[in-house]
Amino acid sequence: MIDYESYLNTTVRDLAPSGIRKFFDLANQIEGVVSLGVGEPDFDTPWHVREAAIYALEKGKTFYTANPGLLELRKEICAYQKRKFNLDYQEDQVLVTVGGSEGIDLACRALLNPGDEVILPTPSYVAYSPAIALSGGITKYIELKEENGFKLTPEMLEAALTDRTKILLLNYPNNPTGGTMSRDDFALLVPIIKKYGLIVVSDEIYAELCYDEHFCSIASFDDIKDQVIVISGFSKAYAMTGWRLGYLLAHPTFIKAMNKVHQFVIMCANTMAQYAGIEALKNGDEGIEQMRLSYLARRNYLVEGLNRLGLKTFMPRGAFYVFPCIKSTGLTSKQFCELLLSEEKCACVPGDAFGDAGEGYVRISYAYSIEQLKEGLSRIESFLKKLDDGKVKV
Amino acid sequence: MEEKLLQLIEKQARYSVSDLAMALQESEENILETMSELERKRVICGYHTLVNWDKTNKEKVQALIQINSTPEREYGYDRVAARIARYPEVDTLYLLSGSSEFIVEVSGKTMQDVAMFVGSKLACIEGVTGTSTLFVLKKYKKAGMLLEDNEDRQERLVVTP
Ligand SMILES: Cc1ncc(COP(=O)(O)O)c(C=O)c1O
Repeated sequence: MIDYESYLNTTVRDLAPSGIRKFFDLANQIEGVVSLGVGEPDFDTPWHVREAAIYALEKGKTFYTANPGLLELRKEICAYQKRKFNLDYQEDQVLVTVGGSEGIDLACRALLNPGDEVILPTPSYVAYSPAIALSGGITKYIELKEENGFKLTPEMLEAALTDRTKILLLNYPNNPTGGTMSRDDFALLVPIIKKYGLIVVSDEIYAELCYDEHFCSIASFDDIKDQVIVISGFSKAYAMTGWRLGYLLAHPTFIKAMNKVHQFVIMCANTMAQYAGIEALKNGDEGIEQMRLSYLARRNYLVEGLNRLGLKTFMPRGAFYVFPCIKSTGLTSKQFCELLLSEEKCACVPGDAFGDAGEGYVRISYAYSIEQLKEGLSRIESFLKKLDDGKVKV
Repeated sequence: MEEKLLQLIEKQARYSVSDLAMALQESEENILETMSELERKRVICGYHTLVNWDKTNKEKVQALIQINSTPEREYGYDRVAARIARYPEVDTLYLLSGSSEFIVEVSGKTMQDVAMFVGSKLACIEGVTGTSTLFVLKKYKKAGMLLEDNEDRQERLVVTP
């Protein structure tokens, strides 16, 4: 018998399966699940955006675009970044990608040589370490602390540096913790980044979803701007996950290198989606704000609800996740989530799916209506009661 | 806080006071007080349910009536409007710019009912100089809600990164 496994690229073979994937398979088998487990908005893509894509199709916009994306879209991206976050980029510093996901991959591939190290604060989004591994890089994890609001401190960063460190990967507002970093927080990191010539890959896909202060990009520090590769996209801000549209902002040298990979692997991002993106950036500000306000009310509702249930919950300042600590239950993250699923048919994501630093936490998404959150909370409540009464077999 | 409260309950009147308190980070007393105050000022004018009667067995027809009218010295259109608005058959009444002065939404059991009401009541009101009745054939959207929503939102996966 042929051992097909032996044909596989060893890095691919050895990639750990995503903890989220495993949990999805579990949850998917159960009928009537109340899910608080998704990482995508529940809102419909605003109609004017959808209409722009339909119009693009009607007008026959069905061809490839230039590799880095439509010039008009890149111009709108620059205008948008300037308007919203005061970042100065020119069209040749923009690469339109198939979601932020492609951006993560391109940044790693274009920069990493085998053995190069990437500093990754965790808990973190699940795609980073695989992207690093596939590029031959080595991930150096930093465990962030809830006490610090899941921020990266200069001490932590310095302690993780070696002479092979090339990239610092940041994701604020953060999936899964909802943590953010303010301008003052970043200012402490900037001298270190400058001194050691680190490249910062900053995943800013949740930039629009900040609730307590305006978003600050680390690329807004002139001293290190050209050392920053910004990853952003339309999925979260505009409720456009299925469109697969994102972009990279960086120094032209980096953009050229990433575009080299992009042109052969992808060719160009979906053409209709690019036209929709132009419309979203031109006329979407009001729609974004409406969604942000909805998330804000949901966040408050959920955090208050969880705290009342006795699950100590850090008040997240961005994204659409809360990350309550479940250590008081004596269960591991996996046990908690699996039992919550089997006992109460409620799905959350175990924190350890986002790295070891997530152990003892669960990720609950509030990309749900308040009615759905209420139902979820009541299931969690009855689960905690069962636990207290010793009615749950671990 | 008032504006945020109004935005929340405009789309969903059934939130409990405690839900609203949690969502707005306010005390329940504060929410109650604010709501009473808004009711008193008639910023909140009611907590209605959006019913699509077409889906029930109840007989109901609706019409939009354009009304022409002449203004009165000192009162403008307000007194005519008050006379029109008194009738329970009148669901909605707006003063408009353009070729007719008012538009009225009227409902009744049958088309005859509505026609009778327009002919024998609305048209005879002092200050009303003409009417034109447009019967509603089908309703698609009301108060921001699609009455038939055939979009499929079940597609979202249960757990995603
Ligand atoms: C932190 C983070 N980055 C990137 C992505 C990928 O987004 P997309 O590829 O849809 O732009 C996600 C999606 O969940 C995310 O949470």
